[in-house]
Amino acid sequence: MKRYFPAIVFSLAVLWIAASWFPSKSGKEDVDLTEFGKIPVLVGGRVKPLDTVARNSLLIIHTKQTLRLTDGRQTPALRWLADTLFNGRVADQYPSFVIQDAEVLGLFGWEQSDRKYFSFTELIPFLKQIDEQGEQADKLQPIERSAYQSAILNLRNGLVLYQRLKNSVQPEDADNFAGELQVFENSIPEAAKAARARQTGQQFNQATLDRLTELMQRYQRMAEPSYLLAVPPRTQSNDWRSVGQAIAQSIMESEMHPVVKLYASLGDAYRTGDRVAFSRDVDLLTNRVTQEQPNGAKRARYEFLFNQVDPFTNSMTLYVIAFLLACTSWLGWTRPLTRAAFYLLLLALAVHSFGLFSRMYLQERPPVTNLYSSAIFIGWGAVIVALILERIFRDGIGAACAGAIGFITLIIAHHLAGSGDTLEMLQAVLDTNIWLATHVVAITTGYAAMFLAGMLAIIYIVRGVFTRSLKKETADSLTRMTYGVVCFATLFSFVGTVLGGIWADQSWGRFWGWDPKENGAVLIVLWCAVILHARWGGFIKQRGLMIMAIFGNVVTSFSWFGVNMLGVGLHSYGFMQKAFPWLVGFIISQLALMCVAAMPLERWRSFRTSTTSAPTYVGGLAQNEQA
Amino acid sequence: MLRKIVDLITSLKLTIVCLVAGMVLIFAGTIAQVHLGTHEAQVRYFQSFFVWWPPDSHDFKIPVFPGGHLIGAVLLVNLIAAHAKRFQWAWRKLGIHLTHAGLIIMLAGGLFTDLFAVESNMRLTNGETKNYSEHPRLEELAVIDTTNPEYDQVVAIPETVLQRNRIIEHPSLPFQIIVRHFFQNSRLQMSSEATGSTQPIADRGPGAQVIVQSVPRATGTDEQNAVTVAVEIVPIDLASGAVQPSLGTWLVSDELGAPQTFSCAGHTWQLSMRPERFYKPYSVTLQKFTHEQYAGTEIPKNFASRVTLIDPERETNRDVLIYMNHPLRYRGETFYQAGFQKDDTASILQVVHNPSFLAPYIACIVVAAGLLVQFGYHLVGFARRRSRVLA
Repeated sequence: MKRYFPAIVFSLAVLWIAASWFPSKSGKEDVDLTEFGKIPVLVGGRVKPLDTVARNSLLIIHTKQTLRLTDGRQTPALRWLADTLFNGRVADQYPSFVIQDAEVLGLFGWEQSDRKYFSFTELIPFLKQIDEQGEQADKLQPIERSAYQSAILNLRNGLVLYQRLKNSVQPEDADNFAGELQVFENSIPEAAKAARARQTGQQFNQATLDRLTELMQRYQRMAEPSYLLAVPPRTQSNDWRSVGQAIAQSIMESEMHPVVKLYASLGDAYRTGDRVAFSRDVDLLTNRVTQEQPNGAKRARYEFLFNQVDPFTNSMTLYVIAFLLACTSWLGWTRPLTRAAFYLLLLALAVHSFGLFSRMYLQERPPVTNLYSSAIFIGWGAVIVALILERIFRDGIGAACAGAIGFITLIIAHHLAGSGDTLEMLQAVLDTNIWLATHVVAITTGYAAMFLAGMLAIIYIVRGVFTRSLKKETADSLTRMTYGVVCFATLFSFVGTVLGGIWADQSWGRFWGWDPKENGAVLIVLWCAVILHARWGGFIKQRGLMIMAIFGNVVTSFSWFGVNMLGVGLHSYGFMQKAFPWLVGFIISQLALMCVAAMPLERWRSFRTSTTSAPTYVGGLAQNEQA
Repeated sequence: MLRKIVDLITSLKLTIVCLVAGMVLIFAGTIAQVHLGTHEAQVRYFQSFFVWWPPDSHDFKIPVFPGGHLIGAVLLVNLIAAHAKRFQWAWRKLGIHLTHAGLIIMLAGGLFTDLFAVESNMRLTNGETKNYSEHPRLEELAVIDTTNPEYDQVVAIPETVLQRNRIIEHPSLPFQIIVRHFFQNSRLQMSSEATGSTQPIADRGPGAQVIVQSVPRATGTDEQNAVTVAVEIVPIDLASGAVQPSLGTWLVSDELGAPQTFSCAGHTWQLSMRPERFYKPYSVTLQKFTHEQYAGTEIPKNFASRVTLIDPERETNRDVLIYMNHPLRYRGETFYQAGFQKDDTASILQVVHNPSFLAPYIACIVVAAGLLVQFGYHLVGFARRRSRVLA
């Protein structure tokens, strides 16, 4: 058992991961949406598959990527989207909209109860009210909004999005859109004749003209608010258009765009539940769009797979298991457990890397472009460094750090994804791959190293104070690891900060502007310098180093998130009121750990028997330096 | 005694104290930006020798914390002194020396930038030509002799001079300017619409119907002061230098749309308040400003200004495209795309003159090399020992 345990654990994990690569088949009686989900459209300036549109829209409206029906059944986002696009009457009944704020509920005369999801139909009587209240809240800066104002604005934005989606590929009340379009198309020549006749002053059929004008108005109404731009450009230079625009322009082009017709018959097939017709239309549509936008279609298919695999959630689970295995290894059964943890971490890292590189491929950007991706990257970087440490020291400490940091950063990323598309297009000033690849990567690597050093220090303190497992040897190697990682952090934080300054010099005309994010970065550099100088001067020894490394967590979290919460400066991309209590909680927990570490050594369980050993011992590195 | 002082200024403890003090200052200065705005917080915390409390009082205030200039200066002295005292050449120490040499360059460069860099703006509408840029905050009183239709002759009096001096004379002006009132930031109101008992402070021009209210100095990043002065014009007899009867008092403010005009000594003069100007020996014409967005969104994709640069001194006449991350560097000044106005028909260029802009580039390379050498040296040593232990 001892020998095979790591292999067994690893194989199980591989099987579990492999399972996620294959899409689950939908029920026999329903239309198959898998291929439908891969159709590319343009939303938010980016070509993405309908599957992504479904997930992100549902995330905004429902705060989850799957819809929970009133009877407890789960409905995938894609089905919700298909209903919203083609079958508005069904979608209106789904409990899609999340309302938790008591004041918002009170506005509708509802009491707060267990129920927090409401359907569009239920909200119809209050639409005007929501719009007015939301508009008022919209005028305020995010930092000035109360909880109620944020909630009502979110609801309004969700409702706007929902209604835009409903009118994206057909008017929401169309029952037989393909037929309607046919009538429209057929009436064009007749109407053109009538128009010519009117111009030359001859007799003409007023009714034909009126009918066409009426239809035109109907399509123009849906052209403007359309959320999806579903009709691909014929050449690279043109822009994607919405279905409404394409219909309106079809009069000039003397031909209805085939994609428009395909969406129409697709919708009709969906409503009638005609599986064969639906699949056929999806195939035709896919072929057509692929023909015109081969690159976009390829990326969209890849993104569908990326969504399907859900790499970050999967690796998050693996990280937790690895962390638990590594911690257990300090209590006994050491070798098999550390090995199993190590293998699991390798697998988790592989999945994590797949996600990271997929995002880079999809976005054609360096890894970090927003706060979400910074969390992904910090976890990734820290896990790699921690695994290298584990490889060198083989004592489960690196593995525990990797597991913990991987898990925590991915959890943070998960919560940062709430605002929708995490692969969003970049603001003009960020549109430079050189600086994103150097400055941003260096800075985030610095963050990763700081958190890793902090984590190592936490392990030192927790094991030393609460267990007897912190032997002198372990304490020494922990010290070396922490010191080494702080050095690494110093290098990357410094280079990253200065590169940021140079970028600022290139694009804003000043190297240093005391912008909050810049200040946050320099705080990390200064703190690293303090730690290193204090150690070189012999002012701190093992325990001092650990306490300072934990404070590094505080400094880094302030720099990463805290400065964004101030809502000032050029870097304040994404204000996060909700995260504030978490940040404060984290900082308090770190300060508490520092206090624990400052307890007299006699109280430490590991040092009770031999008070004179580890803590007063100056680590090997420091001695060597003095030599 | 001297020994003690030398020990103190070269001590590692002082370094650590400075670094920690720097952290506290930066943290406090960052938080202060929420209420003060970036510029004001920068002046109070970072570009000062002390942080004062209470900050606005003129008579009584006490220094509560060392400011950015003090900490930076002490750190610089500490760094140089420590190295001067303990410097010994050894390959082992190469990394440390490089790192600190780079830091010295960086700190000195930062100080230099603080002292000598000038930032200004150039606001151009499509087709407009300018040969000057403007100060982002400070204003000046322009006294313009418009008698000759061929050219204007301008005497510009900076805001700081108006604030300090009461009587202003200039060899090319046949009159004295007496500053009766000075408001660093103000709000103007027609006296017919005013409710209070305040009377207009000017008696000539449209300013005679206007009441001035003093308002607190603007501190926010995007806020601008509206400087208003009431100036009395007193002609001087050029031959004798004798003061003649006053022509009256004019109100001059950026808030008043048109300039004020008067005649003196046979010339026509205009008075106006405008952002302080920095004239250039060349001119810039905005051909076209473009503001692109990603399809179907309002996310800006690019801002770009196509300008023509004409410099008769250097036989230059060429078109330049200034866009995000691609500034124009010309004759020691750098033009950046900073913003836009009025439905994309006007472009704002930031003009920066910074003689020490290369210092951070050099410092970064030197420090990074130093850190790499230093930590690489440790890492190699560690790996060697480790392999010996494992062998």
